[in-house]
Amino acid sequence: MSGSIFASALEIAAAVRAGEVRAIEVAESALARIEAGNPRLNAFTAITGERALAAARAVDDRRANGADPGPLAGVPFAVKNLFDLAGVVTLAGSKIDAERAPATADATVVGRLIAAGAVPIGALNMDEYAYGFTTENTHYGPTHNPHDLARVAGGSSGGSAASVGGGLVPLSLGSDTNGSIRVPAALCGIFGLKPTYGRLSRAGARLFSASLDHVGPFARSVADLAAAYDAMQGPDSRDPVCTGRAAEPASGELARGAAGLRIAIASGHFAGTEVAAAAVATVAGALGATAQVELPQAARARAAAFIITAAEGGSLHFADLKSRAGDFDPMTRDRFLAGALVPASWVIEAQRFRRWYREQVLKLFRDVDIVLAPATPCTAPLIGQETIEIDGATVPARPYLGVYTQPLSFIGLPVVVAPLRAADTLPIGVQIVAAPWREADALRVAWALERDGITRSSPVNS
Amino acid sequence: MAEPPFDAEAYVDAAARLIGLPLDPAHRPGVIVNVARIAEMAKLVMDFPLPDEIEPAAVFRP
Repeated sequence: MSGSIFASALEIAAAVRAGEVRAIEVAESALARIEAGNPRLNAFTAITGERALAAARAVDDRRANGADPGPLAGVPFAVKNLFDLAGVVTLAGSKIDAERAPATADATVVGRLIAAGAVPIGALNMDEYAYGFTTENTHYGPTHNPHDLARVAGGSSGGSAASVGGGLVPLSLGSDTNGSIRVPAALCGIFGLKPTYGRLSRAGARLFSASLDHVGPFARSVADLAAAYDAMQGPDSRDPVCTGRAAEPASGELARGAAGLRIAIASGHFAGTEVAAAAVATVAGALGATAQVELPQAARARAAAFIITAAEGGSLHFADLKSRAGDFDPMTRDRFLAGALVPASWVIEAQRFRRWYREQVLKLFRDVDIVLAPATPCTAPLIGQETIEIDGATVPARPYLGVYTQPLSFIGLPVVVAPLRAADTLPIGVQIVAAPWREADALRVAWALERDGITRSSPVNS
Repeated sequence: MAEPPFDAEAYVDAAARLIGLPLDPAHRPGVIVNVARIAEMAKLVMDFPLPDEIEPAAVFRP
């Protein structure tokens, strides 16, 4: 199985650990696959071949010397190009940052994956500075959806989702401020985890809107997702938001499945378009979930997240907006400029609203453990598509892709996206939402759905 | 008395000048569209009454 292009991360690790294959062979094969498949997807912006081979050799040496090569031994992985990879310029999707010096150290989560035996193989395309849901990057070109190359991969972690969905790597990392892990996971038909806000360290990852930024993994199986998540957990003094609580590994919990969890369907704002509601109904039916819960004022939560994001993004890039606005991607530039003009009272009120909304939503979690919601209102739009039809109304496609993700990341709830096939055969996703710090609950439900064949990633040979 | 509608064009010009953000005339229309979009979002947030004791969610720990 480790030779199959769709071998899971854990299958590769098991084969490397057992000595059935060497990490160097896995790395060489992955590099060949990326070289062959990437031109179609445009998922990678840098391929770190030499580093990958060196890391793979180190894994093989560790094993040869009788040491434990790690739970992710020999697993190739790639990262959204906002994560620092030592020796690589961290682009964050921009032309401006291409002028920076190469990173001198790895981002914390990258280092932790490598310590677990994983092999860093490259950096992945994204919307400029993570401000977008489609990865239509003007500087580096759009990333293509492996299921239909004319369509977007979703964003902003589009390269992360396309590389896994397209069979180039079994594991990748992305970031999620308003939906940037969950939207591309759904549109590329793979699993994605946005952990609780503060669970995983963001040190060494280029921030966008620090109040809302999260990082997390993509994979083609729930067990792989959990293994990557477990390897990255733990406190980190380099990220002021990262929790001090000890790691709470989820992998050992998966086989408990959905047993004993109270599962409800999000209503109101999350009632969903036809295609989105059908996906939620499939999952809810399989889980026997019928209860509904309404997250109060979810549309206002989305609005408040929108304001905080715009203002923090505009402020972070203010110096460049002032001196060289023309060097920004036209796809993000006007939104960053607008964000720089947001008055303080709107931002502070949005942050006050966030506190109120958190309290209301936490009350709901006294009676339920899991809430199901759609991930996106539609399957992947075409590259360049400006509008989508939502229940008879024409709305701008790009911002609307985050309509169901934004109100959840706003208060940092952990979410697993589970992929399904929509009636048009393109992938679509369901959000499995848990209470803060209860990632394991969401992963257990996703694992049960995968075991029962309700959800499964549907990778494409790229 | 009804509030006058938000004038995104006037706001953008005045606010950009105030904070020293030069706007390329080619970028100005897109910025106005986006400020108007944020203002619509802000109306949703600002119209919602919150008790005074609700603190902003961002916490700083010295």
